[in-house]
Amino acid sequence: MDLTNSDRELTADVEELSGENIFSCYQCGKCSAGCPFTEEMDLLPNQVIRKVQMGDRTVLDSNTPWTCASCLSCEVDCPKGNDVPAIMEAIREISLRKNLDRVDLNELDAKGLPEIALVSNLRKKTG
Amino acid sequence: MIYMKDILYYPGCSLKDTAKGFEDSAIKVSEEFEINLKELSRWNCCGTVYSLTDDNLMKQLGPVRNLIRARDEGFDRLYTLCSMCDNTLKRTNKLVKEDEEKLDKINNFMDQENDYEADVEIRHYLELLRDELEWSTVSDKVVNPLEGLNVAPYYGCMLTRPKEIGLDDPHEPSVFDELVESLGGTPVDFPYEAECCGSYNTVDNEEMVLRKTQTITAGAGKSGADVIITACPLCHFNLDRRQADLLEVAPNHDPVPVLYFTQLMAVAFGHPEVSKFEEHAIDPRELFEPEMKVGSER
Repeated sequence: MDLTNSDRELTADVEELSGENIFSCYQCGKCSAGCPFTEEMDLLPNQVIRKVQMGDRTVLDSNTPWTCASCLSCEVDCPKGNDVPAIMEAIREISLRKNLDRVDLNELDAKGLPEIALVSNLRKKTG
Repeated sequence: MIYMKDILYYPGCSLKDTAKGFEDSAIKVSEEFEINLKELSRWNCCGTVYSLTDDNLMKQLGPVRNLIRARDEGFDRLYTLCSMCDNTLKRTNKLVKEDEEKLDKINNFMDQENDYEADVEIRHYLELLRDELEWSTVSDKVVNPLEGLNVAPYYGCMLTRPKEIGLDDPHEPSVFDELVESLGGTPVDFPYEAECCGSYNTVDNEEMVLRKTQTITAGAGKSGADVIITACPLCHFNLDRRQADLLEVAPNHDPVPVLYFTQLMAVAFGHPEVSKFEEHAIDPRELFEPEMKVGSER
């Protein structure tokens, strides 16, 4: 693996935002095995963690953190007790705090959507 | 006049709007137990989703305000029905109970409110049924036993996860199964009972949610379920409304109605009329026709 562009800042940011030790993950893959939405993701949850460990900024382009709905299935399964949803949230926050909203309110057709869906979506996908 | 015991109750936004049948049936069912659901006055949004970032306390303020108001009204326990409200309030409560520094920061910031002393407990209505009233009390109120009705318990995510605040085992939950049995129905084992419905992705990724709706509802149907029960208004939207959307693109799909657990209780207690079933996208009324007649005669 080419580590010449490794960005330690990314790793540190994710650790700070999530409060998790990213290197305690030993890549067992249990999070991905239990995740109910892997078929919708371009990277498996454990691959996202690996990229953060390696300081690979391309992880910020992945759709995986935006597909994750914090259902916590991985959180109860992780043998290391890692809060994987918090790591996903940290990756989302890195983009959101640069004003890179995932959902554009002006484009959104909110008709027929209940408030519980809108509030939760906008809290997770806009800064 | 029957003496009704007041318990303080936090409805949240959905129970006042899209999930009105959830609230109305819960109020009616509680009357049977001589319990009055006293609504928390001046409640505000719980935030719907618990913030997972470690450095931003702003998103914890909403839940803490509700906890302060519960205390201001003289209660040390606040009951919930919506599983998302339950989860957000419980997690925030746990955070500030365990982290004095964060609680101090929040209290200092909110100078218009009384300080929160971390002395309020959040309880879900299912915990009231299971741990305080117990299932035998529930059985005693049944006038229309749900004999022969196969019910798929859909726990979803927020009732049981994370395990620190979950009200049941995250891998093998049983509270809904026990409720269904106490109503005379048959709980069916189905593989998607704790699988995420896609949650708020329904706003910007409808297709993904439709695929999951199909998996969950068809899975329940294949397991022999006549009906699915839930405690979450967002799961209800994704399984009920999105199931109707699914039928437009997959007309061969065999729809399964989705009920809030209190609506099922109201049917068994002889009050099906309070549930606003007419607002459901997949109409469950046919299923309860004999019971509904009994209900309207009462």
